[in-house]
Amino acid sequence: MTQSVKGSPITNVFKIAGRETINQLDYVGSLNIQLWATLRGMRAALPLVGNRHRWKAAVHQMLEIGVDALPMVALLAMCSGFILALQGASELRRFGALHYVIDLVAVAFTRELGPLLTAIAVSGRSGSAFAAEIGTMKVTEEIDALKVMAFEPVEFVLAPKFLAALVAVPCLSIVSNVFGILAGGLFMFFSTHLGLQVYFRAVLTSIHLQDLIAGLIKAVAFATIVAHVGCLEGLRVRGGPEAVGRSTTMAVVRSTFLVIVADAIFTTIFYFVGKT
Amino acid sequence: MSMISVRDLVVEYDGRRVLDGLNLDIEPGQITVLLGGSGSGKSTLLRQILALENPKSGSISIKGTDIMRCSPGDLKKVRRSIGVAFQSAALFNSLSLEDNVALTLREHTALAPTIIDLIVWMKLAVVGLADFGKLHPQELSGGMKKRAAVARALALDPQILVLDEPSAGLDPIVAAELDELILFLKEAFQITALVVTHELPSAFRIADRIAMLFNGKLLAIGTKDEIRANQNPRVRQFLNRVPDNPVHMPAFASYLERYVQSQEAKP
Repeated sequence: MTQSVKGSPITNVFKIAGRETINQLDYVGSLNIQLWATLRGMRAALPLVGNRHRWKAAVHQMLEIGVDALPMVALLAMCSGFILALQGASELRRFGALHYVIDLVAVAFTRELGPLLTAIAVSGRSGSAFAAEIGTMKVTEEIDALKVMAFEPVEFVLAPKFLAALVAVPCLSIVSNVFGILAGGLFMFFSTHLGLQVYFRAVLTSIHLQDLIAGLIKAVAFATIVAHVGCLEGLRVRGGPEAVGRSTTMAVVRSTFLVIVADAIFTTIFYFVGKT
Repeated sequence: MSMISVRDLVVEYDGRRVLDGLNLDIEPGQITVLLGGSGSGKSTLLRQILALENPKSGSISIKGTDIMRCSPGDLKKVRRSIGVAFQSAALFNSLSLEDNVALTLREHTALAPTIIDLIVWMKLAVVGLADFGKLHPQELSGGMKKRAAVARALALDPQILVLDEPSAGLDPIVAAELDELILFLKEAFQITALVVTHELPSAFRIADRIAMLFNGKLLAIGTKDEIRANQNPRVRQFLNRVPDNPVHMPAFASYLERYVQSQEAKP
């Protein structure tokens, strides 16, 4: 919320900084409250033990988040893998260490790029879609209608989306790893005539199980961020259709920012955990 | 006992008082119309009755349950006994008309799918939309959407029907059709209805009792005849459609004359 601030310039700086800090803390607090509420309502979206309508909605969301995003994620990963191999090769060639391109691409994708690229793609596609859908529901009183029809909007709207993101993003992340590494293999094949079979054998020796696990942990965390920021931005919509537009933009901006911050935190943690 | 009882309700938004110690009783089996101008607090009162917002103070009881202080489970029970048709209809755009009406039946009852289909058809037939069940809300006209919202509100056979501006934005013929539908529902199902509107013809056509709000306070309440006979200046102003700030033509004409003279005087 922007308010006019009167006073000396130094006082104003502190006032603005304080207000923005409170706003950001309020946002993070809202995200946490929503996360816990959704976790409580998640049971309804689970198969067998939950409500079959919520599970159906979750499967529908999984198809939208996951299957529909497959071509985009695959292409993004292939381009990034190819660029990474190309840039790595141009430097490593000078030291006669071209074969390290295999390790570079394999490790970078499983630990880092696979989950990160996937999260950014999902944020742009699905995070914005969540914000737009829920924001429109808010504006058209559909969220209120759910409440007066004795439904829990968290259970009805948020839980299936969150569950779907938790399943789809790690799966997409694995797809991203495969296509990114494949692109590195194609580069090696065309530049050094290294067979793909040999390439993949080298890939398997360079990556470890903990790399894969670290990547999947990141993917789950990123899925949580993207789904919840998208939903929260939608629920915070006040006013008319223009507010929905703003919320979709904010969903992408905020979720991408938070994903990168979370990535930095996780990478630091894994770095120090790996050392010990 | 009143179906809905509002006591000393105070609602404030950012320090601005919207409802100011409001008391209101909605009697069972009657159509009560909430009448009032824009900003008088009608929609706010409705949102309070539906427990969509919390008041600053006061209480609201529905069928004897204090909805401000009851458990979430009790609130759900109360909500299942209320059918609501929102001003914007608030139909779920991703669902067909049939699925919109069937939603609460599928979720809140253990009825067999064939029974649910039959009930849905009956509810749509009541509002004259039996042949349009496969359509989605975006394929319907404004009047059809409002009627579909009423059908959805009727799905669980509610004891209370709440209609927010049912005839707003509709042409007079469709608005009259909706009025007839509301009267029919009252006769056929002995339903208690709370209708929010600022359309005078519609209010006087359907109401058993009219409650008139002004600046967050209850200005008058009574039967149609009692409201017509009410001598409160604000009630008279509303009923006679007298504007608050009429354009003062003489003042405007003299201003225009002075402006023209000043333009002519310029070299």
